Amino acid sequence: MHFAAVLPLQSGAQIRDYALSYETYGRLNADKSNAVLICHALNASHHVAGAYAGQHKSEGWWDNMIGPGKPLDTDKFFVIGVNNLGSCFGSTGPMHVNPDTGRVYGADFPVVTVEDWVNAQARLLDALGIETLAAVMGGSLGGMQALSWTLQYPERVRHAVVVASAPNLTAENIAFNEVARRAIVTDPDFHGGHFYDHGVIPKRGLRIARMIGHITYLSDDVMNEKFGRQLRDALQLGEGANYLYSTQEVEFQIESYLRHQGDKFAEYFDANTYLLITRALDYFDPARDHGGDLSQALARATSKFLLVSFTTDWRFAPKRSREIVKALLDNRRDVSYAEIDAPHGHDAFLLDDPRYLGLVRSYFDGILKELAI
Amino acid sequence: MSDAATMETIARLVPPGSRVLDLGCGDGSMLAYLKQARRCTGYGIEIDDANVLACAQRGVNVIQLNLDEGLSLFDDATFDVVLQIDTLQHLRNAEVMLRETVRVGRIGVLAFPNFAHWPNRLSVLRGRMPVTRRLPYQWYDTPNIRVGTHADLALLAQRSNLRVLDSFGIQDGKTIRFAPNLRAGTSVYTLSR
Repeated sequence: MHFAAVLPLQSGAQIRDYALSYETYGRLNADKSNAVLICHALNASHHVAGAYAGQHKSEGWWDNMIGPGKPLDTDKFFVIGVNNLGSCFGSTGPMHVNPDTGRVYGADFPVVTVEDWVNAQARLLDALGIETLAAVMGGSLGGMQALSWTLQYPERVRHAVVVASAPNLTAENIAFNEVARRAIVTDPDFHGGHFYDHGVIPKRGLRIARMIGHITYLSDDVMNEKFGRQLRDALQLGEGANYLYSTQEVEFQIESYLRHQGDKFAEYFDANTYLLITRALDYFDPARDHGGDLSQALARATSKFLLVSFTTDWRFAPKRSREIVKALLDNRRDVSYAEIDAPHGHDAFLLDDPRYLGLVRSYFDGILKELAI
Repeated sequence: MSDAATMETIARLVPPGSRVLDLGCGDGSMLAYLKQARRCTGYGIEIDDANVLACAQRGVNVIQLNLDEGLSLFDDATFDVVLQIDTLQHLRNAEVMLRETVRVGRIGVLAFPNFAHWPNRLSVLRGRMPVTRRLPYQWYDTPNIRVGTHADLALLAQRSNLRVLDSFGIQDGKTIRFAPNLRAGTSVYTLSR
């Protein structure tokens, strides 16, 4: 959907003539009360559920959660997936032409924040004629957007489902983001963010950024269980000593896995988008305007909340979710919180865990009962 | 313990409209009952996954938390009533949690199996640990890591400088006010700071 009007951004900059890609699932009911907005994290898009006809492996990124008969049941709810500004899956981003200059944005794409994304999403809802959301839902960075919705547009949100998220990033989180950004920015093919003009892609930087990211999405346990100290299949065939005694060959399975993930990612993801989205993560901090007092910051929120964290998630650890829970309790808000004992680390929020999916299903069943009244 | 008469008896100790924290809320049936019958609001604390799900299904606010980690999520006197229904006997830090209960709540309502109930005494007299409807476990598989009596709790309350507002026993859904330490399988206390 195209938006001609200027969107003022938190930085003081603005963006105009931009487009947002979105998908919807299910049907909006007569009183437009059953809409659920899904917010995506770093490398996902508006394609949250279902598969494209004739396209192999084109399932949406939250297809196990959203669809007909699934925990968020699209037979009952009208679900909206939206791609954020600055992303690289269809919405206006750094690879598009800046209407002010006629040149591709590149590094000149304005720095966008979680709050900016939420404002853009709100305009999309306006255009769709949806005043109030039955729920807004997201995991990780998507959870931050869901939380921000309850603060920026409290009157427009009945429920917020915030999964594997945090009220802000820790120094360690920012540190990982910075290593990833440096990998990209110092790639000779980055050209100060204007690599499109040079017909190249800073793939090396993107690969390394993704490898670092992947390490932080998994838990130590699951990495050991999946890969341990196993050597690559090709090396295991031989008898006896099978180290190559090399320093640069791929020998361990974990190396092979990370390189594969890095290679895949560099093929489809945009380097400037990676920088922008990690920066949005770094900046998010709703307590900042309240002297660091999250309880004060969340006083604005009036919606009901479901929060979920995963015990082995060290990127967005359970204690970070508990900070949000405490701030909501301090404000006497309706909140439920589950700490799922899953081994998969941060990635768990995208995986099948019957406790997790069952809980979300029950929560949405409850929302449905409220709507019926 | 979950029978309707017992639940009603305990629910009567909760003033209508109270803001309630239910420690070890199980499947959330008590909170759901208080919400519906006494217009109460509040939250349950539960560690067990299946119970957390059951609470969500009932539409009861539930926070998944290990009570042995304390109640640091909650500020002083933020609840009218804090319930500990059949929870105390599972806690490693039972004494700390008793104080926490009346720190967070204006009053605490406690219910737990009374080990001094006469059938239990008889059993021990015969040299065996009791296995009853109220205490259905064998000594080697019981989840009850604390066994105490109605009389014991009075002493613990005194030691912790807590005020006993009321105490009685429940047996077969009936309130027992005469010799509850002997005659009741369940001990009930209402406490405050």
